[in-house]
Amino acid sequence: MIAYLIRRILYAIPILIGVNLLTFALFFVVNTPDDMARMQLGIKRVTPEAIEHWKEQHGYNKPLLVNRGVKGIGKITDTIFWQKSASMFVLDFGFSDDGRSISREIYTRMGPSMAIALPTFIIGLLCYVSFALLMTLFRATALDIAGVSLCVVLMSISGLFYIIGGQFLISKLWHWVPISGYGEGAFKFIVLPVVIGVVSGIGSSSRWYRSIFLEEIGKDYVRTARAKGLSELRVLFTHVLKNASIPILTGVVVVIPLLFMGSLLTESFFGIPGLGNYTIDAINAQDFSIVRAMVFLGSLLYIAGLILTDISYTVVDPRVRLT
Amino acid sequence: MTHSGNFQLHSRAMNKNLTYLLCFLLCACDVWNNPYPAQDSGKSILYTAFTERPKHLDPAQAYSENEYEFISNIYAPPLQYHYLKRPYQLVEQAAASMPSVTYLDEHHHVLSATATKIAYSVYEIHIKPGMRYQPHPAFARDVNGLPLYLHLTTSDLRDIHAPGDFLHTGTRVVTALDYVNQIKRLADPRLHLPIYGVMSEYIVGLKDYAGTLQQVLKKHPDEYLDLNRYPLLGVELINDTTYRITLQGKYPQFAYWLAMPFFAPMPEEALRFYAQPGMQARNLTLDWWPVGSGPFYLSENDPNTRMVLSRNPNFNSEYYPSEGSNSDKQAGLLADAGHSLPLIDQVVFTLEKETIPYWNKFLQGYYDASGISSDSFDQAVQVNVGGETRVSDEMKQQGITLSTSVATSTMYTGFNWLDPVVGGSSLRATKLRQAIAIAVDYEEFVSIFANGRGIAAQSPIPPGIFGHHEGSAGINPIVYDWIDGQRTRKSLAQAKRLIAEAGYPDGVDVKTHQPLVINLDTTATGVGNKSRLDWMRKQFDKINIQLVVRSTDYNRFQDKIRRGDTQMFYYGWNADYPDPENFLFLLHSAQAKVAHGGENAANYSNPEYDQLFEKMKNMENSPERQIIIDRMVEILHYDSPWLWGYHPKNYVLQHNWLHNVQPNVMASNKLKYWRVDASLRDSLRLDWNHPVFWPLWIGGVALVLVFAGLRRALKRREDMK
Repeated sequence: MIAYLIRRILYAIPILIGVNLLTFALFFVVNTPDDMARMQLGIKRVTPEAIEHWKEQHGYNKPLLVNRGVKGIGKITDTIFWQKSASMFVLDFGFSDDGRSISREIYTRMGPSMAIALPTFIIGLLCYVSFALLMTLFRATALDIAGVSLCVVLMSISGLFYIIGGQFLISKLWHWVPISGYGEGAFKFIVLPVVIGVVSGIGSSSRWYRSIFLEEIGKDYVRTARAKGLSELRVLFTHVLKNASIPILTGVVVVIPLLFMGSLLTESFFGIPGLGNYTIDAINAQDFSIVRAMVFLGSLLYIAGLILTDISYTVVDPRVRLT
Repeated sequence: MTHSGNFQLHSRAMNKNLTYLLCFLLCACDVWNNPYPAQDSGKSILYTAFTERPKHLDPAQAYSENEYEFISNIYAPPLQYHYLKRPYQLVEQAAASMPSVTYLDEHHHVLSATATKIAYSVYEIHIKPGMRYQPHPAFARDVNGLPLYLHLTTSDLRDIHAPGDFLHTGTRVVTALDYVNQIKRLADPRLHLPIYGVMSEYIVGLKDYAGTLQQVLKKHPDEYLDLNRYPLLGVELINDTTYRITLQGKYPQFAYWLAMPFFAPMPEEALRFYAQPGMQARNLTLDWWPVGSGPFYLSENDPNTRMVLSRNPNFNSEYYPSEGSNSDKQAGLLADAGHSLPLIDQVVFTLEKETIPYWNKFLQGYYDASGISSDSFDQAVQVNVGGETRVSDEMKQQGITLSTSVATSTMYTGFNWLDPVVGGSSLRATKLRQAIAIAVDYEEFVSIFANGRGIAAQSPIPPGIFGHHEGSAGINPIVYDWIDGQRTRKSLAQAKRLIAEAGYPDGVDVKTHQPLVINLDTTATGVGNKSRLDWMRKQFDKINIQLVVRSTDYNRFQDKIRRGDTQMFYYGWNADYPDPENFLFLLHSAQAKVAHGGENAANYSNPEYDQLFEKMKNMENSPERQIIIDRMVEILHYDSPWLWGYHPKNYVLQHNWLHNVQPNVMASNKLKYWRVDASLRDSLRLDWNHPVFWPLWIGGVALVLVFAGLRRALKRREDMK
């Protein structure tokens, strides 16, 4: 298993370089260093000298990928790409284009992102699996049809509608929790985003889990369990759920590390100072330093999630070996 | 004590505890949606919001409105705008008196203000003695009087994330040297200095000073840059409370700059403190944690959530103004005359990026004042047949009041003077532009797209600025007639006649027989802007011109403007100071965007206009200046290099517990004048935000029923098996 993990980690290096290169290319196709300087300096009384000076200060006065003006390794290292990317491989994210420490921002914003994402994830998973099991239990009955119809309706509604509707009903009309914000007594601020996060995911997730359970319920071991006289509840919760773990884990474990990254829409609408919000702000402000750091972190966490998924297979199914 | 006595005592104690518990529960149940800590109720705190995090809080670098919202209340430059007087008038802030100005010729002989060959203007500024800085660790000293935190190492900063994390703070008296220090910083090559370009033209020696600092930084890149070691020719320290600034020529508008934080005092201790290693990595910079002598200091800086200004305990140099108009007096704006400022203890700014939560929190009483987004306009404001705006009945019931003011801004549509079709001074192009100016009905635009919050502009100069005329004298005669005491837009027939005279009868070029097509460049994209752009197309359709809207992203748009690769474009300007020069320079050829990278985005050029501008720009407001401005505006009307667009109106709603709110579009340091009746706010918040319980009961019952139903269904199923 150790050899497998080392191999996977080594595979990650070219993937991360590729992701970095792609981010770099996409960003600089849309924005030039001059555009970035103007965005930072504003539009009033900005002279060409000020733009050149900003570029020099922030290291954007170099060639993008290849520096033909120098010799040797400098052709590669004396470029924007190298200067902005190399340090990230030792997790040194440097400073944003407005001079703030990116690592510090990530550190402070991780908490609020997790405060929303983790409960949404755990409560959501419990709800979705339970609801899916319930539909499976009453499969091919009016209850199942009603459940599936409800899922279709819920998954057809835009996420934004849940947010605005939830804010209107729960905060504005019923005055249960603050409409947005984050701070002291964080619980009251995270209730609404978590509820909305869970409700908005019921439709698609429950249907997906239902299909997994339905596939399992037709297998021989389930028939055997029933023949032994086990109750339907026991069959579902003890046997089907356990055997359906592999497909569930495939989708679930991979997202666990990504919970750090937060949610772009939810954080923006609820004023949660998380990493999702940070990324959106950076894209709007054309802050390449933050964008590349966040994409790098996202890729890294995704790779970590995939490795964790593989490991989790060995835990739930002893037949699986990582070699 | 008997057993029963003991019991009674216990019983009484229990009752008391139960009462406390009940009270606590009731209090806790009273308001669930309060986003602020319960212990803040009853305190003199102003609650407001910001929609965009400020990029800079360093007074040498900050320039935008959302940055000034904070630093204007933290720093105290020499001057400020009188809070109540209109037209806007400069008064002392940190200065003990208004600066005295001496005019000199090139041999440094004193001249009168009206002299023609003024080579230098010397501003002598006396600051109030005894003003003190906010408490800050940069000023902390040990028992021997030596700075406590000047030789910190990275490990010393391990648990430090904000200036408040240091154990000790200190303060000191503000001196004239601090003001001199800040002016020198305006040439610091390490900083982005938005006004360096303008100031280097005026402050004697500033350009050379920037060169000197550049050389020093090249030689000693890692050393602390001690500005005291390098004198600046145009800035002279006289004594602890007096300094002089020498300008090239005459520049009366300089006084307005003295009301901006660019000219606030900067203590050397703060610069040295933040220059220490490890500070920037912890976001401990002057750009993040200002050090000022104004009425407030930044006590909490988390621009991702909230920023808090707290009363500077060392501030005692200002009082609420006692002069104002009769209407100010009637509105109660002089009730606090003579009171020591600030009138509130704290200002809590919460980040609200979305308008819906912002608006709803205002209605729930969690923000003390709010602007009005287009989505909420109909809910907030009613417009009667006379065009008078007032708050809706719903708002009135909540005690909300409305105040309006015309912004010192202008939103215009420019014609690119370099374009062969719409640009230039030829009669053909002029008539074409004039025709378009008549056809594009900005009154309609303001009514439809700005909910009436604006006034159609007649020239670049907005109301309230010297040079602006009201009534018949102020109309643009190319576009309007004055009929029955009213401004009336000229008919489309006249526009069509002009189009025909320009060589495009019915919108067809007589030379090429091709329909006339004009391109409009804009950053407006998406469904939200479609109706505006469709409206604009319709305006051009009225005179048979085809308008092609070229929507593009911000970067490409700016690039096109810089290269002059446009025909028409949307643009705007927000004044730095209330002087006509700050608007009319937008059409001065020396400011042409393509040729000089300046602010004249239309690249307009007219020698007579330029000549008049040079003459007018440094004049004091006087009838002579007015005559020159009138002629300049007349030239602009005829040439029509812009569709003059509109001057936006600011609408601000406020709750009845907020006092002394007077619209003042020039001043950003208004918070010190505002007063909050916290007890009224608390009681109204309670009234407005009782939690609604019935959905909880219904939800609970429904949940029980569903579970019971499921259980029954399951049981029946098992039984059947």
